[in-house]
Amino acid sequence: MGDSTRFSFLSLLRHGAGKVWDRQWRDAHPKASYGVVIVGAGGHGLATAYYLAMEHGIRDIAVLDKGWLGGGNTGRNTTIIRSNYLQPESAALYEHALKLWETLSQTLNYNVMYSPRGVLMLAHTHHDEQVFKRHVHANRLQGIDNEWLTLAQAKAFCPPLDVSPGVRYPVQGAALQRRGGVARHDAVAWGYARAASAMGVDIIQNCAVTGISRGADGAVTGVETTKGPIATGRIGVVTAGHTSVVMAMAGVRMPLESFPLQALVSEPVKPVLPCVVMSNTVHAYISQSDKGELVIGGGTDVYTSYSQAGGLPVTRETLAAICELFPSFRRLKMLRNWGGIVDTTPDRSPIIGLTPVPGLFVNCGWGTGGFKATPGSGQIFAATLARGEPHPIAAPFSLDRFLSGRMINEEAAAAVAH
Amino acid sequence: MLLIPCPWCGPRPENEFRYGGQAGLTRPAASADDATWSAYLYLRNNPKGRHQERWRHQPGCGRFFNCERDTVTDRISNTSKIGPR
Repeated sequence: MGDSTRFSFLSLLRHGAGKVWDRQWRDAHPKASYGVVIVGAGGHGLATAYYLAMEHGIRDIAVLDKGWLGGGNTGRNTTIIRSNYLQPESAALYEHALKLWETLSQTLNYNVMYSPRGVLMLAHTHHDEQVFKRHVHANRLQGIDNEWLTLAQAKAFCPPLDVSPGVRYPVQGAALQRRGGVARHDAVAWGYARAASAMGVDIIQNCAVTGISRGADGAVTGVETTKGPIATGRIGVVTAGHTSVVMAMAGVRMPLESFPLQALVSEPVKPVLPCVVMSNTVHAYISQSDKGELVIGGGTDVYTSYSQAGGLPVTRETLAAICELFPSFRRLKMLRNWGGIVDTTPDRSPIIGLTPVPGLFVNCGWGTGGFKATPGSGQIFAATLARGEPHPIAAPFSLDRFLSGRMINEEAAAAVAH
Repeated sequence: MLLIPCPWCGPRPENEFRYGGQAGLTRPAASADDATWSAYLYLRNNPKGRHQERWRHQPGCGRFFNCERDTVTDRISNTSKIGPR
């Protein structure tokens, strides 16, 4: 079992001499009951289990997944990390996550390949420029790095970018968050799974939740699954695009709509793109993976759907935008494209906290950009689950803001680009 | 790409249409309580399976119509004109 393997230079040397790597986490079978059941073994769910065990001493935890670990949006996103959101509540949330990213590999003793290579957000219109400058100023007041680059500075930071004035939407400048970047999505899921499993958390794959049981007082008493019933008094639902489906099992309607969000990768090439580039106006974002593939994403499909594919018109629009920004990429072949199902809220901010059902907690609504928040989301949701009341950073993101009207509007920061 | 049968214009490609969200939402009276208004404005069924929704044939006839679509297969089983209540 891999629990005792601690990665170090020495352990790498030993493995170089022929020792086979152990399995990194236990593939468990469910017990009859748990203190806490987390539904969804993606990055957010696994991080929640890790911080519950690590920081709150709760180790009697099952993390259930209908498929395999990290096989949903964790394995399907474009891995962009940044914290340059507009509203103070969001900036606090995403900056909390970004600070955890900076030391996550050391914390987990697992290389999540966090690479702060800079996130460049392009302005193509006068309006873009005003909005981004507002973001830059707001972020700097919040103590978050974000700076405005002139056209020449943007070109110097990202040489393959076409900044000529002859294109349909000429680049006029850009906002740059230097601490933003990317991380290895699979490694994030595996790292949290390994660390949680080592502390006794049961990770149960291919175990779909089919019902939520409740007692006479309305409080949750357990979950029905394809591997039998599991009793528990506390359930954390972390199921991204399928949150409405799971919450309906407890009779809770959610302010969510699920849309396909597509991504695609090119054939691998030598290093050509030194940073992450995003454009809201032409609807595309791009970075280069360490394998050399260009990782490309765009906007969501226009209609709600659970088909993890997405429509061709969106793919075409996204690639057209990339070809305009980077004419030198036009001859590259695309290797794969796929879709993930993202749960969007009316104000484009997540929902983290309690629900009307006692014992039932939810962490959802991350929409098109949840990956960047993984460590912070897991940590504050774990605190919320452990204490039965919202963590201070999570408090503004409560479900009842859709009743009180206290929205956290991040449409400008999140509408397209993630 | 979806081929959407507009009840007025016949089958047309997806990019001629604008998605109009869940069908059958009824605007509450101005005097309704916060919970009713919140449900009308924000809560959605978002089902995995058959979904009753609205589309608008924007550059065609410009009219809204009802549509029943399966959100897993994206197959449209029925579209119909919006009639009198």
